[in-house]
Amino acid sequence: MVVLLYNVRYKSKEVKQMRLCELTAHELRNMLRKKEISAREILDDTCCQIESMEGRINAYITLTKEKAYEDAERVDKAIRKGEELPDLAGIPMAIKDNICTHDVATTCASKMLEDYIPPYSAEVYERLLRAGSVMLGKTNMDEFAMGSSTENSYMKITSNPWDTDKVPGGSSGGSAAAVAAGEACFALGSDTGGSIRQPAALCGVVGMKPTYGRVSRYGLVAFASSLDQVGPITKDVEDCALVMNCIAGHDPKDSTSLNVPAEDYRSALVNNIKGFKIGIPSEYFGKGIDSRVRDIVLEQVKVLEELGAHVEEMSLPHSRYALPVYHLIASAEASSNLSRFDGIRYGYRGAENDDLESLYIMNRSRGFGTEVKRRILLGTYVLSSGYYEEYYMKALKVRTLIKRDFTRAFEKYDVLIAPSVPAAAFNIGEKFKDPLSMYMSDICTVPVNIAGNTAISVPCGKLGGMPIGMQIIGKPMGEKRIIQAAFTLEKNTSFKGLAR
Amino acid sequence: MRYESVIGLEVHAELLTKTKMFCSCSNKFGGEVNTRCCPVCLGLPGALPVLNAKAVEYAVKVGLATNSQISRFSRMDRKNYFYPDLPKGYQISQYGLPLCSGGYLEVEAEDGMRKVRIKRIHIEEDAGKLIHADTEAGYSLVDYNRAGVPLVEIVSEPDIRTPEEAGLYLQKLKSILEYLEVSDCRMQEGSLRCDANLSVRIAGSTVLGTKTEIKNMNSIKAMEKALEYEFKRQTELIDNGGKVLQETRRWDASKGITVAMRSKELAHDYRYFPEPDIVPVVLDMNRIEKIKGEVPELPYEKEQRFINEHGLPAYDASVLTSSKSLGEFFEKCLREYDNPKTVSNWVMGELLRILKNRGLEPENISFPASYLAELLKLVEDSTISITAAKQVFESMFDSGKEPRVIIREMGLEQISNEAAISEIVRKVISENGKSVEDYKAGKGKALRYLVGQAMKASEGRGNPQVINRLIREMINKK
Repeated sequence: MVVLLYNVRYKSKEVKQMRLCELTAHELRNMLRKKEISAREILDDTCCQIESMEGRINAYITLTKEKAYEDAERVDKAIRKGEELPDLAGIPMAIKDNICTHDVATTCASKMLEDYIPPYSAEVYERLLRAGSVMLGKTNMDEFAMGSSTENSYMKITSNPWDTDKVPGGSSGGSAAAVAAGEACFALGSDTGGSIRQPAALCGVVGMKPTYGRVSRYGLVAFASSLDQVGPITKDVEDCALVMNCIAGHDPKDSTSLNVPAEDYRSALVNNIKGFKIGIPSEYFGKGIDSRVRDIVLEQVKVLEELGAHVEEMSLPHSRYALPVYHLIASAEASSNLSRFDGIRYGYRGAENDDLESLYIMNRSRGFGTEVKRRILLGTYVLSSGYYEEYYMKALKVRTLIKRDFTRAFEKYDVLIAPSVPAAAFNIGEKFKDPLSMYMSDICTVPVNIAGNTAISVPCGKLGGMPIGMQIIGKPMGEKRIIQAAFTLEKNTSFKGLAR
Repeated sequence: MRYESVIGLEVHAELLTKTKMFCSCSNKFGGEVNTRCCPVCLGLPGALPVLNAKAVEYAVKVGLATNSQISRFSRMDRKNYFYPDLPKGYQISQYGLPLCSGGYLEVEAEDGMRKVRIKRIHIEEDAGKLIHADTEAGYSLVDYNRAGVPLVEIVSEPDIRTPEEAGLYLQKLKSILEYLEVSDCRMQEGSLRCDANLSVRIAGSTVLGTKTEIKNMNSIKAMEKALEYEFKRQTELIDNGGKVLQETRRWDASKGITVAMRSKELAHDYRYFPEPDIVPVVLDMNRIEKIKGEVPELPYEKEQRFINEHGLPAYDASVLTSSKSLGEFFEKCLREYDNPKTVSNWVMGELLRILKNRGLEPENISFPASYLAELLKLVEDSTISITAAKQVFESMFDSGKEPRVIIREMGLEQISNEAAISEIVRKVISENGKSVEDYKAGKGKALRYLVGQAMKASEGRGNPQVINRLIREMINKK
């Protein structure tokens, strides 16, 4: 296949020759509007990239190229008719495989749902389709979003595009790897304890967890309902704003969706951080954090300080309890959320059994993987009578304290900055047999889910050739603030993110 | 030793909302199997519930009508258990913070008014229905049309002492639900269900015995029978040195016994916890006041009004208001025939008798109240006799035709024409010489016999007053 190169005005106005699959959504949008390219050409080049990379990356569980070409054709027709295009029209995207897509398998990377084809679509997916985005396929993940390396997938192991011996992070590892490898222009992930930000950091791309309730969960297969949020994984901060513009906003089908007016996140794409008060929570830079990662993040904080931000060390004292609180609450909710997978109506079903209980036991023992079963067991235990108060109730109380820390911090600071992940990507298989050390990978991201706040991970440097992410945390509904901070960092840092 | 029973009732009523509790599927009884469902009520992965505000309002109405406290802040909880009719593997219910609590109803017990406290009223979703179509086939089918239908559960304290009181309490609750128009309360169809807890103890004692829970009672009568049986079973067990086991028992109506279903030792740990998919239910005073304004006249209020306004005896008022439809029928009829006691007699007598014979409820009355008013006017102006009117009434009930039409069709008009009656009377006198003699000899009974014969000869259509007068006149003339 012939690979076409295009002249793109890039950053400091220098003109570079680039492939379409390397470009960002806003770059592609501009070229589409000027009719320099067609949606079909974008798709051709992205499919070409998938063909050459996917064998090594394994980002996708399901590819939907045929459907993608139909969708791209529709966009091109609209362009020919001279219709005004939404920002994301014709842009190739990948969707995490726990987001329901009508008529396209949605497996949650589980044997349980290997053959499951949903009869309806998630709200976020529908909004993107309406905007003309072109779905290339469904991405690999840790089974039911439980994990931090995408190794808990029943389907396949995804590799980090920066080094295929390393994990892409997780649970949205397939989405992050697809974007980093140019196999999709942007992707949707879901973030329950860091599942967008952590893989985005490890793959050198941008990932945002919106405020709880900002994006509809309708059609996202629930892991932990009070923590889950869908969010974008993109090549840069501007794309993040574009995708958020499309997916954020009230959805009456989700009772926890916040009924507040939509915002235009593009208006936050301002290269200016003068007067911003930035808090540096010391708990996120101490024990358990690779000191080299700490140094890289702090070095970039200095860049922001030099640009006029006020930086101050501060404390979120209860964050150190966040990980155990997270595992109690998330597992409790998961144990109930995953009860519906009994093999009666859909999903994995073993041979017929004489009695109902044996059928349940067989379907669930064989249909779920080890990590999922571990969390169901843990969750069932903490909700059991006699343990409920001791574990679940106590976790809820500590959750309130963690939340309060954040509320107080944001009375003073515009944003908080921490590492996204305590270390760079680890080797495939390295932590697979050691769940506790795997859980530690989420230590910087989990508190934000518990508090319901928003945070973005932006690339901020490299360690041993692997990307490191900076996490910028905002108050609830504070997306614009963190987008502005991230955008400013991106514009003023030497780190280029993707290996363009 | 004399025992008494300690009874508490858990009543479930399906709420008559247009849509189901958490989705926009139609909330109608029946329908082709698995047609009234969607991703939400089928519990498909990713689907989310959104609470039906009407279901909340309906339950609040029940709370207001039962003197309950309405919670300003309540929330939904998940009750976790596995069963094929439960699509999500949990039922969305209320546990820690129900919508209403601390209410009561008063029922007329043998020894005066009995106050039955209501512990809590909460809302929850119904499950689907298992269909064991063919036991030979080795499988069962599930119909999810009922999954997600909103229910209100009303839990009483164990304040009930006899099966009759339980019946009265349930009857009262049922009529309140009907008056509120929040449930159609059909026990046969399962839109009203009642489980009972019963334990026994020495009369007057304050300790509680071991209770059993009784299920599957499809009518108020069945519940009373089941409780009577269970009381007898438990007391006999204790008298014979046995011990009551805490268990769930099923009422077998055909055999008239309760049968053990499962023991409480095997009881589920339902692992209740707050439903994270639904935000807490917050009711401000304005909303509660608004709902209060929508509560209609309740049965006990209507009963009092019937006594005061229509001058009815207390008994009549209580019977007529026991069902919403019956009370409405009565009042509609009054609007066109303003004689409360007569109308009451007909409604309580003929109407209830026929309903009972046909096994029907007052909701099933198939003719308008104005027909009864018309019929009563025809009796009053002597167009037909009371005996004939009863015939017409029954026919009206079955055919739904107007009384005049029926009277014409059945030829039941009363004959008051003297010429026609004279002929009949003459014939009766000539054929009953002995009775005529008796009457002349002063035996009043003989006159009644002769009138009866004349009525018979006129096929019941002769006006009895006219017959009576003509017989006396003719005999006296002789």
